[in-house]
Amino acid sequence: MKYIDNLPSMDLMRSEKMMFAQLIIPVESAHRAVSYLGELGLLQFRDLNEDKSPFQRTFVNQVKRCAEMSRKLRFFKDQIHKAGLMPSPHPDSQPDIELEELEVRLAEHEHELIEMNANSEKLQQTYNELLEFKMVLQKAGDFLVPDESHSEETELDENVYTNSDYSDTVSLLEQEMQPGPSNQSGVKFISGIICKSKVLRFERMLFRATRGNMLFNRAPAGDKILDTASNEMVEKTVFVVFFSGEQARRKILKICEAFGANCYPIPEDTTKRRQITREVLSRLSELGTTLEAGLHHRDAALTSIGFQLTKWMNMVRQEKAIYDTLNMLNFDVTKKCLVGEGWCPVFAKTKIQETLQRATFDCNSQMGIIFHVMDSVESPPTYFRTNHFTNAYQEIVDAYGVAKYQEANPAVYTIVTFPFLFAVMFGDWGHGICLLLGALILIAREKRLGSQKLGSFMEMLFGGRYVLLMMSLFSIYCGLIYNEFFSVPFHIFGSSAYKCRDATCSDARSVGLVKYRDTYPFGVDPSWRGSRSELPFLNSLKMKMSILFGVTQMNLGIIISYFNARYFNSSIDIKYQFVPQMIFLNSLFGYLSLLIIIKWCTGSQADLYHVMIYMFLSPFEGLGENKLFWGQSVLQVILLLLAVIAVPWMLFPKPFILKRLHTERFQGRAYGILGTSDMYNDEEPDSARQPHDEEFNFSEVFVHQMIHSIEFVLGAVSNTASYLRLWALSLAHSELSTVFYEKVLLLAWGYDNFIIRLVGLAVFSFATAFILLMMETLSAFLHALRLHWVEFQNKFYSGDGYKFRPFSFAALTDDDD
Amino acid sequence: MYGFEALTFNIHGGYLEAIVRGYRSGLLTAADYNNLCQCETLDDIKMHLSATEYGPYLQNEPSPLHTTTIVEKCTLKLVDEYKHMLAQATEPLSTFLEYITYGHMIDNVVLIVTGTLHERDVQELLEKCHPLGMFDSIATLAVAQNMRELYRLVLVDTPLAPYFSECITSEDLDDMNIEIMRNTLYKAYLEDFYRFCQKLGGATAEIMSDLLAFEADRRAVNITINSIGTELTRDDRRKLYSNFGLLYPYGHEELAVCEDIDQVRGAMEKYPPYQSIFSKLSYGESQMLDKAFYEEEVKRLCLAFEQQFHYGVFFAYMRLREQEIRNLMWISECVAQNQKSRVHDSVVFIF
Repeated sequence: MKYIDNLPSMDLMRSEKMMFAQLIIPVESAHRAVSYLGELGLLQFRDLNEDKSPFQRTFVNQVKRCAEMSRKLRFFKDQIHKAGLMPSPHPDSQPDIELEELEVRLAEHEHELIEMNANSEKLQQTYNELLEFKMVLQKAGDFLVPDESHSEETELDENVYTNSDYSDTVSLLEQEMQPGPSNQSGVKFISGIICKSKVLRFERMLFRATRGNMLFNRAPAGDKILDTASNEMVEKTVFVVFFSGEQARRKILKICEAFGANCYPIPEDTTKRRQITREVLSRLSELGTTLEAGLHHRDAALTSIGFQLTKWMNMVRQEKAIYDTLNMLNFDVTKKCLVGEGWCPVFAKTKIQETLQRATFDCNSQMGIIFHVMDSVESPPTYFRTNHFTNAYQEIVDAYGVAKYQEANPAVYTIVTFPFLFAVMFGDWGHGICLLLGALILIAREKRLGSQKLGSFMEMLFGGRYVLLMMSLFSIYCGLIYNEFFSVPFHIFGSSAYKCRDATCSDARSVGLVKYRDTYPFGVDPSWRGSRSELPFLNSLKMKMSILFGVTQMNLGIIISYFNARYFNSSIDIKYQFVPQMIFLNSLFGYLSLLIIIKWCTGSQADLYHVMIYMFLSPFEGLGENKLFWGQSVLQVILLLLAVIAVPWMLFPKPFILKRLHTERFQGRAYGILGTSDMYNDEEPDSARQPHDEEFNFSEVFVHQMIHSIEFVLGAVSNTASYLRLWALSLAHSELSTVFYEKVLLLAWGYDNFIIRLVGLAVFSFATAFILLMMETLSAFLHALRLHWVEFQNKFYSGDGYKFRPFSFAALTDDDD
Repeated sequence: MYGFEALTFNIHGGYLEAIVRGYRSGLLTAADYNNLCQCETLDDIKMHLSATEYGPYLQNEPSPLHTTTIVEKCTLKLVDEYKHMLAQATEPLSTFLEYITYGHMIDNVVLIVTGTLHERDVQELLEKCHPLGMFDSIATLAVAQNMRELYRLVLVDTPLAPYFSECITSEDLDDMNIEIMRNTLYKAYLEDFYRFCQKLGGATAEIMSDLLAFEADRRAVNITINSIGTELTRDDRRKLYSNFGLLYPYGHEELAVCEDIDQVRGAMEKYPPYQSIFSKLSYGESQMLDKAFYEEEVKRLCLAFEQQFHYGVFFAYMRLREQEIRNLMWISECVAQNQKSRVHDSVVFIF
């Protein structure tokens, strides 16, 4: 025991020792001190102003300014994104600038950009109008062709006749059109351009408003036009409406306005039209170059912003975090110092003190920052120092619940047991090699993948890359033991120990083989594959193995609970929980494991089911032919008695002892409360030491203990049974891969046809990749997860702590703002 | 009354009901309102709202804020949520959801028609329209000169068309006519909605008929109070009341002949549910009536969430959000105009 206590403490076994510290920081060095602490990232501040709303806090204005700045930065980012530029941080960018200067510069840039945008928008508007005008001129001109009035008429008629619904319109129009050439008939027209999506409704509306007395012609405009509002290219349609009468004209113009259709007057005269077209074209090209130049200018401005953008964003984000943290601090009585409280790991004490000294020195402050340790009633946060490799395993444990402060950490054992239990279910060294390759690819690209954003699935895969690595290595190991390579056995470790009875080998499947040499040195003999007794043999092996693993792991869990109890100096837990639990589990299932091992070693034919069942049903009868060793019956009776005693042992004493302790502690302490309130008198009112009220409710404690005991007793049976999933999943995996190998690949290979073979190969590889490698991995993973969370951790893990979240710049991410 | 809707409701409506209940939990609470009422500037309001569900909608607004921007962005959130629900909904829930917006549609039609009557710019009017009540050809309303044209040109394509059957006249549009048109449309809309809910049956019918009856009765009281002293005849007034609700038909008879607010009060106090509303007011006062009605409505809407497997929650949620936006508008206006003493006058706490 001495030896264990003197072992050097390991990082992961228990969470870091934490301490509660108070900081008294002079106002002038507060900002710098907090920013240095943020770089260090080892102190978790407590919010001392919880009752205040965000805008009542001290540094609310600075927070607002930061929010405003980050809004501007988002605006720049958006603009850069819209302009299609790639913001790349410049390697040797300009020196650091102060926040105030940055604010001014951001405002300047924003102003400049908005102005440029407004200008180019105006230009774009004019450009669009001209472009539309050009289109209208080109397309609508085709409808008019005024010089040859005859051809116009026929064209109109054709257009009208195609719309047979307008039969009565036709006659009206014809009446109007017939009397003479176009101009004298009083038919006028309006030409314009409208969004393609609106054109049908537009036409219907015009038809209704003029009671059908109009003719609508349209043609798709050639190019798409940039919509300035949504910044998208939209398709437009050129239209010409013929109508008569002044009232109709007013109505049509109103409808045009309502539909956002732009009307452009075009002269009927061809020569004039040509002239205007020329003018428009020349102005278009002129405007085009101006627009281009403006855009170029803007892009240049954006690029220069883009060089700095990431840096600025980080800076603003950090500033905002600093002020948010400062808002958690309190002013002391003199209003000259800020008081902060928080948790930090003990090992970081000197580092923090150095940092604070540096901050004082850099600020030329006369007053140093006071850092002193206090004690707190609150339970400290849980902090594990993990690395790339251990992080994923810690995450697996944390997903169930964060460890209580200084509780034994199951993640340490999980590093080995998790991949191993996975592999027991996934044992196939072919599949294992596939997983290994995947894991190695992820690890080889660690640097590159780690820096970029991944999809949720890839993110998960990447986060668990070291879990995947271990899982694949163990799968290869277990696969070698099961002797399965995509379900095919190999003679790797020498040749099989069995041979056929005669040369033809005809009765190998029915009668069996004879053993002619030493047992196969490693794993399962390849000759078992396909033999009559393959399944009974493998099932018996895997089932027994599962029970052995289960009992071992559960014992480990109970032993860890012993170390927890020792660590927290709770001898009651050792005496009345650990000892009876150990006895109960091992007298039943430990005994079963013993029987399994003896049976394996001696090669006995005893029926273990029978032994176990009749141990309960008739403990005093002889075992008969199922006897494995001398004195077994006596041992069984003793074990059974021990198990029966163990149940009340873990149920009753603990709550009664707790009750006695409680009454003893408060006996003769009627004035205790006064005494304690005296003790608290000389403290700061805002410290974390709140009086701790200790109500002892016996019935509650007793019920709790009862639940615990019942859960353990029933759990011992059901959890052991639960470990049989190791056998079941492993059986399913090997059967499934056998089916794919024999019924798909070998079947296809039986044909002497290249295409069938190819199809067979394709189906086999898809099934292997998706069903065996993905689905089976997932299911084995989940089952391993359950075995750890439920069967293993419920023996010792309370998991009701909370995580240590230090104030750290490194932890700030994009979505924080 | 009760069918077996609990058995099958979740097949189509379960997901959206969960969504809407989730939305409801995002409504501002009394603690939020207390904080908001303490704000000194609009920036403070923005800051406080950024911690609520409105955060993402307000975060990109440049700093000198205006009340209209806040209201606009908050409404945008409501519209986004509504569109999301509508896109997920199947029949008959989608129809139900569409019914909720018809009220806004009527208001928008009236707004545009009145605006064009007074020769306002159409674009400016369109900006003032409630985004939930927009339909495709709404801008064309400006073309119409009288009711008949209004109907024939524009509204025949909208879901409002059937409600128009009672008010097609060739009279020119004027303020009085438009107001009558609004109330006639509203009456037809409420009756139609009521019938639709009855057809749905089950808990939806039960809860919605209660909510709609309250709405109809409130409108009846408002019509009465607003028409006191105008040239509207008693029969015309009577025609504007919806033909259902607690007041139908005897209460309507009494309301139709009321000549001042105290008579309205006398008529209403015969109905126990409304007695409590009127007992809060002193005699001759009608200013605080709106708030009293709103408070009663919010109470009833909140109760709709107490029962499961019905569509009333969607209606209730939309109404509660609208009330919340009205509250925010009032608070921001008070803050912007330095009238903080009046901030509690019109805010209706939801929780």
